[in-house]
Parts: sequence; C-alpha cells; structure tokens
Amino acid sequence: MPDTFEDAPWVKKDSLVVAHRLRTYYTIRPGLFAKPRFVKAVDDISLSIDRGITLAVVGESGSGKTTLGRALIRLLEPISGEIYFDGVDITHMKEDELKKVGFRRRIGMVFQDPYSSLNPFHSIHFILEEPLMVQGVPREEREERVYRALEEVKLTPPEDFINKYPHMLSGGQRQRVSIARAIITNPDFIVADEPVSMLDASIRVEILTILKDIQQKHKMAFMYITHDISTAKYFSDYILIMYAGQFAEYGPFRDVVKNPLHPYAQSLIEAIPDPDPSNRLRERKVAPGEPPNLANPPPGCRFHPRCPFAMDICKRQEPPVIEARPGVYVKCWLYKGF
Amino acid sequence: MSMALLEVRNTRLYYATTKGVVKALDGVSFELNEGETLAVVGETGSGKSTLAKLLVRVWERNVTLVDGEVHLEGREVLHMPEEEFRREIRWRKIAVVPQSSMNALNPVIKIGDQMIEPLLLQGTSKEEALKMAMDALEAVGLPRDTVNRYPHQLSGGMKQRVIIAMSIMAHPRIVILDEPTSALDVITQANIMNLLKKLKWEFKLSYIFITHDLALASELADAVAIMYAGKIVEIGGAEDIYQNPSHPYTQGLVSSVPTLRTDKTLSFIPGEVPSLITPPPGCRFHPRCPFYRDRDYLKGLCDAKEPPNAEIEGKSLRRHLVYCWLYK
Repeated sequence: MPDTFEDAPWVKKDSLVVAHRLRTYYTIRPGLFAKPRFVKAVDDISLSIDRGITLAVVGESGSGKTTLGRALIRLLEPISGEIYFDGVDITHMKEDELKKVGFRRRIGMVFQDPYSSLNPFHSIHFILEEPLMVQGVPREEREERVYRALEEVKLTPPEDFINKYPHMLSGGQRQRVSIARAIITNPDFIVADEPVSMLDASIRVEILTILKDIQQKHKMAFMYITHDISTAKYFSDYILIMYAGQFAEYGPFRDVVKNPLHPYAQSLIEAIPDPDPSNRLRERKVAPGEPPNLANPPPGCRFHPRCPFAMDICKRQEPPVIEARPGVYVKCWLYKGF
Repeated sequence: MSMALLEVRNTRLYYATTKGVVKALDGVSFELNEGETLAVVGETGSGKSTLAKLLVRVWERNVTLVDGEVHLEGREVLHMPEEEFRREIRWRKIAVVPQSSMNALNPVIKIGDQMIEPLLLQGTSKEEALKMAMDALEAVGLPRDTVNRYPHQLSGGMKQRVIIAMSIMAHPRIVILDEPTSALDVITQANIMNLLKKLKWEFKLSYIFITHDLALASELADAVAIMYAGKIVEIGGAEDIYQNPSHPYTQGLVSSVPTLRTDKTLSFIPGEVPSLITPPPGCRFHPRCPFYRDRDYLKGLCDAKEPPNAEIEGKSLRRHLVYCWLYK
C-alpha cells in the first residue's frame, strides 16, 4: 500500500477496508460479432472503513452501490484500482488465496431479500452451522455458537427456531436469520445490502436496532447500502452518495445530510418526506428525469442533464473531487472556486 | 347535511383458501368527501389493497363473501349489475392505479392502444378515445406521441406516468392509488408525488391513497385511515392523526417511522401481524398492545369484545374516530 493516497485524501490508509480508485465494469455484447461494451457500474470510487465505523452508501437503483459492496467483499473482481483488507492487497486474489489469507472468514454479508437469500431446503440450524463447518470448527463449539448467534438477533428462545425451515418464519424473522448467518463467523467487516427495504415499518426498526447493537458490541467495520437515507441515519458515521456509478459526495453523515453540497445529494435529500401533514401543501424541488444508462453515460459530469446548476464545463469535462468543507468531499464543478 | 362523495358502510370481503377463510376486510366504514385525499395506511396483510379491489369491483375468483354497501354520489354501486358498473362507474367515476401495474403493460402493444381499450369497450369511438389518451398523457407531463411508443422504450417513471394517465383519462371523480410509487427511486417518487398534487387541483380529483409508508402518506393526505388486520382502527384529519395519534397501534406506527430532519428515538411494535384466518377475539391488536399488557381493567374487554368507536377532540373538520377500549 502506498504511504498516502494523494488523489483521494479522504481515504484513511490504516483503516480495515481501503478501496482506491476502484472500477468494476460488466461486459455486454450487443450482438454476436459486435464489439463488447462495458456497463461502468462502479467507476472510480475510493473509500475507507475502519473498525467500529459504519459507512452508509446511498444511491438510486443503478447507481452501482450494490456492485461496490460486492466488489469490496470480492464476490466480483474489479477491473482496476486496489482493495486492501487489513493492509493486504486482495484486489486480484484468487478464491483459494482469499481463503488462505483468512479473508472469507472475516467478512459477512446481509442481502436485501430474506425470501430468496435463505435456502428453503435447509433448517435454520444448518443455515447457521454451515459457515462454521467450512471453517472446521468442532461440533460442540458450533452448537454453542449457533445458539449464541440466534440470541444475538433476538430469536429467543433459540430452541423454538433452530429446527424450523425458512418458510415457517416471517420476513422479519428470516432477515434476523440472515444477520445471524453473517455474524456467526465473528467477521470484522459486514456488508448489509438494503437489509430492511423489504420489511414493514414496525419490523424495520427492530432489525435496525439489532444491527446497531451488533455493530457497537463487536466494533466491526460496517457498510450499509441503501436508497433510504432516513434508515441509515440511525447508525451511520459516514455517508458516500453515489450517482451513476460515480462518487457524488462523501463526509460525516450528519454534516452531509444537514447541508448537502452536490446538486444530486440536495435533490436526493429533498425527495425524502418526513411524516408531516403540511407536506401536502408544498411541491418538492427535485431534479427531473431519471439516472442515465451506464452503458452509455453522458460525457462530463454524469448528472449534468438533470442538474439545475449545469454549466458549460459540466457537459465537457468530468468534475474533480473537491474538499468543499473540512472533511466533506464533492465531485462537482460548482465548488472549484473554493 | 352535505352528502359525502363516497360512503363505504360496513364492507366485508373474505377469501377462501385451502387453510380456511381469510377475513381480509372485516367491517370497514368510512366517508370520502369531494376533493379530499384519504390515505389508507397499513402494513402487509392489513387489507388495504383488498379495499381497493372492493371499491372497483375487481377481485380474485376465490372470494367467497362480499358484503356491505358502497354509495357513490348517493347511489349504491357494490351490488348493482356488473354490466351497469362497467359502463357507468369503473374508470368513468372511480378509477384505480393498481399496485406495480407499470410492469403489467403489455410489451408488444403500443401505449396508445393499451390506454384506449377500456374506453372502446365502453363505446367511445377510436378517434375520440385516442384524443382523450393524448390529453391525459400531456397532463402527466409526457409528449402526446407517447401513444405510438412501446413500454420498453419508456423508463420506470414514465411508465408510471402512463398508468396514471390511464386512470384520469375518462375524468373520474375518484382515483384509487395503490402504492403508486412502490418500485420507484426516491427522486422519481418525489416527482410522481408532485404530479399527483398537480392533477388533484387540475381535475378536482379525490384520491384514496393506499400505502404502507406513513411519511409518504403525508405528501397527499387530507385525512388518514389506519388499518390493522382487516379493520380501520383510527381515522381522522391528517393533522389529528400525525400530531395526536390515539390508537395504540397508530402510536406505535408513528414512532417507528424514521425521520431525516428531526431527531427522535425510534421504537417498534413487538410481535407479528395476526393471521386473518383466525384473528384474535375482541380487538385484533390486543396481543401486541402495551396498554392491554399493563392495565388490568382492560383484561376481559379488549380480548373479548369488539372495541367501540370514540370521537376525539381534533383540529380538523373531519371527525377523529378511534376504535379502542381506552377511550370508553
């Protein structure tokens, strides 16, 4: 790892997870003999997450937030850039190497849909035990850890759940099983991809509380991927807002949400209603249109076709990332004068 | 006494399933006034979508019981002959934006042809129907020539606009919006909400806005009805429901909504939504109710007898009613 990342000063190099100028593209072939084209799902993202810190990655569908999460835990291999985990470069490691350096054991993931992320033919006991079996944990210890994980996600008493199958549980309970599965190996880094977006409001808070407790107790690095900033607020320390695969704004969570600088971030935050009966009397000032196709993104700043402040330069040249306020970084030409 | 535009009285709708009869809607009554938006808020399985199906009379084949009365402009419409309802009421008086219907657009039929189909069946001429479709598309902010496009050429937000255009095309009095933004991104959602506000004034529409999201409901609601397990538990003006939630379930729901701009401690309602096949006796919320748990005098009431309605002093013109033993 280099001593400093001069082109990405917000990255703290001694963090547990460090990504530098990461790019992950998907290949599409428009026709049998046509030249392959790339969907630039993640395009030049740098970030760092330390132990005990939660980073919220926020963006709309197609912003690349899920791809970023998957690349960081190496379910995907990036096209360029580097990923360091605990100081080790894991960017292009093969699967067996990742296992050998203990990377797979030290990460966990919670998926969005609790109905499709649990195998319906496996009992809760097996779902939780399997990762431990792979690691070669002895039987008695496995048993104890399965019980402990169920208690941690408040599926108590564990005996009531352990022999059930996923279809016998409600959505909220299933999501708690997925959380238990993610934490059972005592990982240092967890990626939670929209863990509450499929759940009802009253259950959502319960799951968020469990995630927050676990994160605080185990001091793990936590990446919370969501489209809903208001659920991220309850336990995020930093926020990265992505637009069309690219960096839009990064900074301390409350600072950014209170006073967003990037026009996209402003629109995104304006668009979220708080329960307030006077909302019906006002119009929301949000950007028109929808995100671009990532196979053929607009030149310059990818947000310029929707941006109310678009200038000439925005159409021609990609904006640099600028520290617009101490600790707050924005990829936007508007702040170049500072 | 002024008559409400829509009066729903004690309606019930049951489904037959292999496990038993699901009482999806069990004695729901409310009124909707001219130009008013009533948000119907409830969790999965509360019966809110079933309510939409009942009002436009499109329901699945396994429905075993439809009961109660629905008066539209003083006329009973729930039990009138289907032919009469189809010709005079559906789309013309009361239209619906069904849940995730933007994904139900036929991919091989032009938008225009899909839009005019119900009008042609009602006897409108093709030219006239096409003109109505283009006017409606213009009203929702799409170009008139969208009629010649196919669904795959449109983005998600545009498809949802097409569906909204279809609902207002025949100038109905009431539009039922069943989760109209559920699959859309937040900014697109805000744009659609802005559009719905605009259409409401332009066409003097009354909305029944069905959603699980209390925060989103406040974007449109003049009045709010909270549903739980097939029943309305509280109904009143938006100010009263948001600022003075009175039913324990509404209180729990309000305190579980995360807010971005203000800080508050979130809490949740422990337990699960009950089965609608064997709902709990008495008040359906009592197994999860914190007041029932803590107050001894409620034992024997909430778990045995249907809760009565009580009127609560409120700010808005609409009566604030709560169905709960606490207020008796």
